[in-house]
Amino acid sequence: MGLAPLLSACKADVLDPAGPIGLAEKTILIDSVAIMLAIVVPTIAAIAGFAWWFRASNTRATYLPYWAYSGRIEMIVWGIPALVIILLGGVAWIGSHQLDPAEPLVSDTPPLEVQAVSLDWKWLFIYPAQGIATVNQLVMPAGVPVHFTLTSGSVMNAFFIPRLGSMIYTMNGMTTQLNLRADAAGVFRGQSSHFSGDGFSDMHFDARAVPAAQFAAWIEAARGTGPVLDANSYAAVAKQTTAPEPITMRLLDPDLFQKIVTRALPPGPGPVAGRPDASVPSRSER
Amino acid sequence: MSGARAAAGFEDPDRAGPAGGSGQHQPAAERAAGGLLSKRIVVGYGFWIFLLSDIVMFSAFFATYAVLVDETAGGPSGRDLFNLTNVAIETACLLASSFTCGLASIAARTRDAPWFHLAMAVTFVLGVAFVSLEAREFAGMVARGAGPTRSAFLSAFFTLVGCHGLHVSAGLLWLLTMMAQVFAKGFRADILRRILCFSLFWHALDIIWVALFTVVYLMGAGQ
Amino acid sequence: MLGKLSWSAIPFDQPIPMVASGVVAVAILGVLAGVFLKGWFPYLWRQWITSVDHKRIGVMYVVLAMVMLLRGFADAIMMRAQQAFAFQSQGYLPPEHYDQIFSAHGTMMIFFVAMPFMIGLMNFVVPLQLGARDVAFPTLNSVGFWLTATGALLVNISLVVGEFARTGWLPYPPLSEIAYSPGVGVDYYLWALEISGAGTLLSGINLVTTVLKIHAPGMTYLRMPMFCWTALAANLLIVAAFPILTATLAMLLLDRYLGFHFFTNEAGGNVMMFMNLIWAWGHPEVYILVLPAFGVFSEVISTFSRKPLFGYRSMVMATMAICILSFTVWLHHFFTMGAGADVNAIFGIASMIIAVPTGVKVFNWLFTMYGGRVVYSTAMLWSLGFMVTFLIGGMTGVLLAVPPADFVLHNSLFLVAHFHNVIIGGVLFGGFAGYNYWFPKAFGFRLHDGLGRASFWCWIVGFYVAFMPLYVLGLMGMTRRMQHYDVPEWRPWLLVAAVGAVIILAGIVLQIAQLVVSIRRREALRDTTGDPWDGRSLEWATASPPPAFNFAVLPRIEGRDAYWVIKRRAREQPGGGTPETGYADIEMPRNSPTGFICAFFATIMGFALIWHIWWMVALAFAGAYATFVMFAWRDRDEDIIPAELVARIDRAYLAARGAAGSLP
Repeated sequence: MGLAPLLSACKADVLDPAGPIGLAEKTILIDSVAIMLAIVVPTIAAIAGFAWWFRASNTRATYLPYWAYSGRIEMIVWGIPALVIILLGGVAWIGSHQLDPAEPLVSDTPPLEVQAVSLDWKWLFIYPAQGIATVNQLVMPAGVPVHFTLTSGSVMNAFFIPRLGSMIYTMNGMTTQLNLRADAAGVFRGQSSHFSGDGFSDMHFDARAVPAAQFAAWIEAARGTGPVLDANSYAAVAKQTTAPEPITMRLLDPDLFQKIVTRALPPGPGPVAGRPDASVPSRSER
Repeated sequence: MSGARAAAGFEDPDRAGPAGGSGQHQPAAERAAGGLLSKRIVVGYGFWIFLLSDIVMFSAFFATYAVLVDETAGGPSGRDLFNLTNVAIETACLLASSFTCGLASIAARTRDAPWFHLAMAVTFVLGVAFVSLEAREFAGMVARGAGPTRSAFLSAFFTLVGCHGLHVSAGLLWLLTMMAQVFAKGFRADILRRILCFSLFWHALDIIWVALFTVVYLMGAGQ
Repeated sequence: MLGKLSWSAIPFDQPIPMVASGVVAVAILGVLAGVFLKGWFPYLWRQWITSVDHKRIGVMYVVLAMVMLLRGFADAIMMRAQQAFAFQSQGYLPPEHYDQIFSAHGTMMIFFVAMPFMIGLMNFVVPLQLGARDVAFPTLNSVGFWLTATGALLVNISLVVGEFARTGWLPYPPLSEIAYSPGVGVDYYLWALEISGAGTLLSGINLVTTVLKIHAPGMTYLRMPMFCWTALAANLLIVAAFPILTATLAMLLLDRYLGFHFFTNEAGGNVMMFMNLIWAWGHPEVYILVLPAFGVFSEVISTFSRKPLFGYRSMVMATMAICILSFTVWLHHFFTMGAGADVNAIFGIASMIIAVPTGVKVFNWLFTMYGGRVVYSTAMLWSLGFMVTFLIGGMTGVLLAVPPADFVLHNSLFLVAHFHNVIIGGVLFGGFAGYNYWFPKAFGFRLHDGLGRASFWCWIVGFYVAFMPLYVLGLMGMTRRMQHYDVPEWRPWLLVAAVGAVIILAGIVLQIAQLVVSIRRREALRDTTGDPWDGRSLEWATASPPPAFNFAVLPRIEGRDAYWVIKRRAREQPGGGTPETGYADIEMPRNSPTGFICAFFATIMGFALIWHIWWMVALAFAGAYATFVMFAWRDRDEDIIPAELVARIDRAYLAARGAAGSLP
């Protein structure tokens, strides 16, 4: 019983990546911690050691009541942290460039384009080339890089699939870019990692990586019959609700995302539709 | 309770008042709490630190203005709105008022009450002229649909320039208070210290105005 | 007539705030009744509320901090309990309530616990350590304190009248704009912080001027105790950073009240501007909090190792380096905003650079213990606990400064664990160390040591049990501020964290017990000599508690660790004591109700602004201005304490010190 939590920690999402971005970030995490532990552990040992050896009751310890300076120690004390920081700084510089979210993945296959919109309190995923859109369901072919273009249809959010790697903010009126890939099939938990209001806890979704054939079949099925995502249904989706069940829709307007970004389709209304009222009650109405 | 505290060395400072009447108390050398420096130096130093903090606050508004200067949301920009003649008159008023404020400081130092009050009154008039011209400019812009709620650029403009105008208005209130104090109590040491702080404040507002009309009006109108 | 205010602002249908505010109301009424019946009101008014004495104001700041610690910790227990329960359930706190609780928790802990705690210690100690009689601007000091108290009061009123912000402790737009937060919650937050921010700025100006300009003769800058250097650095940061907060919150207020468009979604508003501005304040803010704590540790470790601080000049350089560098790292709070690789990398490297002087400080404390005679007083235990805990917290901080690592850990419970690690391990432990260390100086008797140690062990064990699981949860992908969740693997860790919170609660109970027991046994714990720890700096060279004028004769400073030098000289040349020059009259600033009354009007003005009661705003503003003018009109600034009284007080102190056998 006590072991289970420890084992579950070993399978912690961030330490159990399913794609190259997450793998590279995990490597940086572990390497950085190891480098720093090389200093931190001896220092903690020294703190304990000195505090215990030089306790007042220990008559064997030398008392140096006026010793308060040593050039050699100063050099070491400034020098070693500086060296470690130079090393880590190199890691930071290289890592920031290699793992910049907007940096496309090196791959033979062209990336899948997905447009993501954070709403209150759900995720809208638009597949412009495939002509479909989903709410709270991200399906992608395994082994194919995915290029996300993200924006927000209301307040700031952040898009995050812990097992695949980097998160990125979403903001209304702007786009951000993210490149990820799932190396093998699987289901990964996705969520918003930036607090956005009362329904924030429900803003998670399933990201499913499936074989290419299954992906194509899913697209075909979604393009068949079903609800359509247009300006009206977007306005309904943008209202402050949560989406307990994923929804799949057809997309007739490939420029819908652009309209959201340029605010041709205005951002979602807050708790009270229309202009805020001076006597708004303190609790949001959902 | 007071007995125990007295034993521990603490006495009620309210019981330790001056033996004589009030108003006669003029310490030989006005020392600040540490005993080394004069109060005038300490007060001036502290007020300079306050002015630096105020300049930091203006910097935040300047930075915001710089970021938002192009966000006109389809509305008017600086080139459409700024009247440089008006700005020139405002600048002349403010710079002149700094000069007369300097005259007032000299008058205070030489304990010359009539000249002090005259110089301060002229400073006040020039300051009121500045604020009035600015208020008229703002009202005109609002009437033309270019108020602060029109766009982010206009929000930033009204806030930055308006913050300076608010400081000037507060300064005018302070100016009147100083005139009243000198009129009622003469050039007492603490009142002289306050006049020093006031003139530092007034000159600092001048400096900020120079930065302001350069960044906002000259650069904005020239786009 | 009353703006937006109506009876519906009071949440009669919500039991938790009604019960909580009921309990608080009963407690406050009980205290007021007790004070009234014992006839303490005149004393409290004359000696504390209207006091401009830095020692009194310092104590009041710390009292405010400790009361608000209880309030903020109550929020913490509620949050841990909610997350322990809310697995596949809504828990017992609906989202609109839970969101207010975590927002209030953060706001209160930073602005009304950590800040007042540090400012209170600095106010009390710095003039004593400098050999001064008071701070540079005593009445301004009082105004600053009471404005801070106003902010705390407004935040607490929001519990029962209206609501608090539901945005988190930093109100990011557009969530905090009127469209998405139409209630009064964000307005409570904004006005409370604008008002208390003004108070903090006044305090900053005061202490900068004091440290730089108010010294005893012979106290050069490089002879100042380390605590004064860190106080200088922290207050320089206050002067340079708080105006940014004032401006940024003002812009959000203009958006909300007058329909401006600084940060709105439409008409060109830019939310990224808010992020940059608020963190340009926010990062220096955490150094404002931790630098005074570093100063406390320098004093405590040196005193209880019976050695001078190792590497004093190095420490000074490190402190001023941290002060300047803290302005160069703000972007590391939003690496994931997508600023690009170059920008992210530069700020990441800058954030690591700031770890170097911090590490230097830790090593200097380490070598202060080397060759010492370490006494494990309660204050020393807090310092040792800090050194270990802060190292771990700093390490996770440097880790988060690597942008790719931050890309997977930002806003997760890993981040929450990191900043609690450094703020609790650094600021709070420093506050508790300073509290135990300087309590006898403030009140004339020591705190009970056994209960102090017990509270320390509960705190440190509780801290690790509460926060180490959060590191794990962050690595498991759990993000912060979740009101409920459905991932079963997270649950055991959250349960452990809740247990940790209960252990910390035990630590707090023991601290309350420590205070109560110490007051009851104060005669046995009495500090008669003014120097209970054989201290090295000047605050120990006067009685406990010090007389209003601090020192009967300003001491002559001849070196670093000024009091140690004085004591050694007295050992070598005994027979000193009465000053050769004799005693003189001392002028001390007069007490004034200005601070309290200004804050009274500020509270009314803040409340009226929140509820849009415009006539009340105008009246309160007029009242505040009238108070200021009345203060400016007074003729007598100072009281004179006659030389005979000074002599009598000082001779009593010298006699007590001589009788106890300790040296002058």
